[in-house]
Amino acid sequence: MRALVALILLVLLSAPALAVRPDEVLADPVLETRARAISEGLRCLVCQNQSIDDSDADLAHDLRVLVRERLTAGDSDQQVRDYLVARYGEYVLLNPVMAPHTVLLWIAAPAVLVIGGIVVFIGARRKRAAGQTALTDDEAKALEELER
Amino acid sequence: MSIELGHFALVLAFAISTISAIVGLIFWKREVLAGYLQQGAVLQFVLVAASFAALIQAFVVSDFSLKLAYEHANSAQPLIFKITAVWGNHEGSMLLWVLILVIMGAAVAAFGRNLPKDLLTLVLAVQSLIAAAFTGFTLFTSNPFLRLSPAPFEGQDLNPILQDIGLAIHPPLLYLGYVGFSVCFSFAMAALISGRIDAAWARWVRPWTLLSWCFLTLGIAMGSYWAYYELGWGGWWFWDPVENASFMPWLAGTALLHSALVMEKRNALKIWTIFLAIITFSLSLLGTFMVRSGILTSVHTFASDPTRGMVILALLALFIGGAFSLFAFRASTLRVGGLFAPISREGALILNNLFLATATVAVLVGTLYPLLLDALVGETISVGEPFFNLTFGVIMAPLLIVLPFGPFLAWKRGDLIAVTQRLAGAAGLALFAAVLCFALTGGEVSLAPLGLLLGFWVAFGALAELVDRAKFFRTDVVTSFKRLFGLPRTAWSTAIAHFGIGVTVIGVVAASAWQQELVTTMVPGEGVVIAEHQVTFDGMEHVEGPNFVSDTGRFAIRAPGGGVRTALAERRVYNASGQPTTEAAIETYGFSQLYVQLGEPQADGKSVVRLWYKPYVTLIWLGCLMMAGAGFLSLSYRRLRVGAPRPASARAAAE
Repeated sequence: MRALVALILLVLLSAPALAVRPDEVLADPVLETRARAISEGLRCLVCQNQSIDDSDADLAHDLRVLVRERLTAGDSDQQVRDYLVARYGEYVLLNPVMAPHTVLLWIAAPAVLVIGGIVVFIGARRKRAAGQTALTDDEAKALEELER
Repeated sequence: MSIELGHFALVLAFAISTISAIVGLIFWKREVLAGYLQQGAVLQFVLVAASFAALIQAFVVSDFSLKLAYEHANSAQPLIFKITAVWGNHEGSMLLWVLILVIMGAAVAAFGRNLPKDLLTLVLAVQSLIAAAFTGFTLFTSNPFLRLSPAPFEGQDLNPILQDIGLAIHPPLLYLGYVGFSVCFSFAMAALISGRIDAAWARWVRPWTLLSWCFLTLGIAMGSYWAYYELGWGGWWFWDPVENASFMPWLAGTALLHSALVMEKRNALKIWTIFLAIITFSLSLLGTFMVRSGILTSVHTFASDPTRGMVILALLALFIGGAFSLFAFRASTLRVGGLFAPISREGALILNNLFLATATVAVLVGTLYPLLLDALVGETISVGEPFFNLTFGVIMAPLLIVLPFGPFLAWKRGDLIAVTQRLAGAAGLALFAAVLCFALTGGEVSLAPLGLLLGFWVAFGALAELVDRAKFFRTDVVTSFKRLFGLPRTAWSTAIAHFGIGVTVIGVVAASAWQQELVTTMVPGEGVVIAEHQVTFDGMEHVEGPNFVSDTGRFAIRAPGGGVRTALAERRVYNASGQPTTEAAIETYGFSQLYVQLGEPQADGKSVVRLWYKPYVTLIWLGCLMMAGAGFLSLSYRRLRVGAPRPASARAAAE
């Protein structure tokens, strides 16, 4: 753990280089395209919410090289990701997996949409059943005053 | 001396806001009180402005006996960055937050003379309560006026990334938006306490919503452009938690803007509008908490201090909890408003609100989930760009599809078939434009042409409304133009804002899908071609700036249309802190930009150069400018002026 902290500090303190350095790029354009696509979904572990594809940190460089090594060795995209998750944990994935501990994350928004839709639907029906409730005379007058 | 005066002024402002809040909330029914609270609000503004001025003065004269100035400024900084350094840190930015809060309070006091007295008292009292809380927070946990003895000879430096004109513009605009929503919150609280929740209330609150929304739009757009040119990898939106913190109030505020319209015109959606007013400011507070507490690490977090975090969390709980308790207590007493058919303007606006609320939840959950999961279960996951792009995109697409229908539908009961017919032209044009782009870009099958179709559809749909209302193609051209310029400004502003959304969508799609990138090493004299632009590296020069030294790379760019431009890309090292930054060279061609960034010099004398061609990228921010401009246009419209319009009888008497 202490070594990790030291490593992080070292990386943070070192001068910025550039993301994707020319010498990293693979000769095979198909493999390189796959490498870029995978890189965009992997988090630079020492940065502020950057993918390794965007980051200038040395660690991101190492990870980019690692991704390319695995691809050259014949791994599938998913195998590369699995390999990195095994080494660095799920934190490395910018796109979280669908698993029991992330179910709420994934279903929250759709659930709100569905529940909201139902509420709107029921509300509209009930309102129509309840009949017209217009402005009271006072309110109508006040509004009229304002609109003039 | 002036620092102590400033400190004292802030203490006084704290006292006045506390008294205003307490007295106002207890005795709000007494009409005589409104005048005192108005004066109190103005006084708070004057005092906080004075204390802010004292702080600026200390920074400008480089008074390093002020701890804050010592920690965040340097005498070699250019004047503009000495001033902006005031809010380039935690304490100063809290004071800016408070300053804008009391500006809003004073504005309510100044423009709200025609509000019913009890409502005005309550609004100002709640506004004072917020001011008291955050002035107290600033004074007791983040005091910007602390002294150092002995005074250091020279100050440390402002973070080099912040030494940019962006710091002068982005935080004030963003805070005007963020904090502006406090007025809507105060109005909501006043409505709930007094029980006065009617269409007139919506009319009073809508200008404030619109004003805040415009500033927030500008602030977010400015922040995005700043990140784009300063951080140096050409990204303009990262779904960073701090960006999300500003985006959530924007989404909720956009929903509020539309629901308040329904409430004003049709006296419906009252509960929901009040709820949104509370939620929007709550999200602003949540954003303040997330950024200021240090639970997130980002370029925005200047200092992390657990006590501050706990205090802001307590304030958050107090305001949000209090507001929702009151809401729960009162909401049931609200009567249901006007009736309408599902296919109607109201129905369309409800759909708008449903999707915007869902989008807000999606961003909220995505932002907080990793924090909560880590705190509760101890598992660390990342929720990044791919997640947000997917969920947000899926929610936004249907909203954008139905968007052009909304303004065409009549209130109460609309005719969908007739509206579809009137939009057929816009749909045809959008399809044609998208297919054309698809063909011109080589016919590559992807989601991008569909995204463009959506953008064109929204943009043309917005224009179609103007065309339709001016009766183009149905009457002679002269009459149509007369009608067009005779349209109410609200019609124009709706159309321009919606058109702006389309423009932004087009920019986002084009810049993401057809961006070109080139990473290479170059020696002086060498040239490369990117997107038909010939870029020649002329060489490096060493430049001494006011408080930095720079290795500047000089590039000559030949555009396909002819003409040569010189572009300078820099690698700077700031003298005081020794921190390096990069300044990209950005050249704009039409709506597109060429972005050149200089990397580390290699051992063999070559320089790493990264080039991007970003087609139509400026449309992203132009669209935002249109949205905000449309908001200001609408505000300038007589009936929507800030504050309540005078009753006709009073006006007649005055004339």
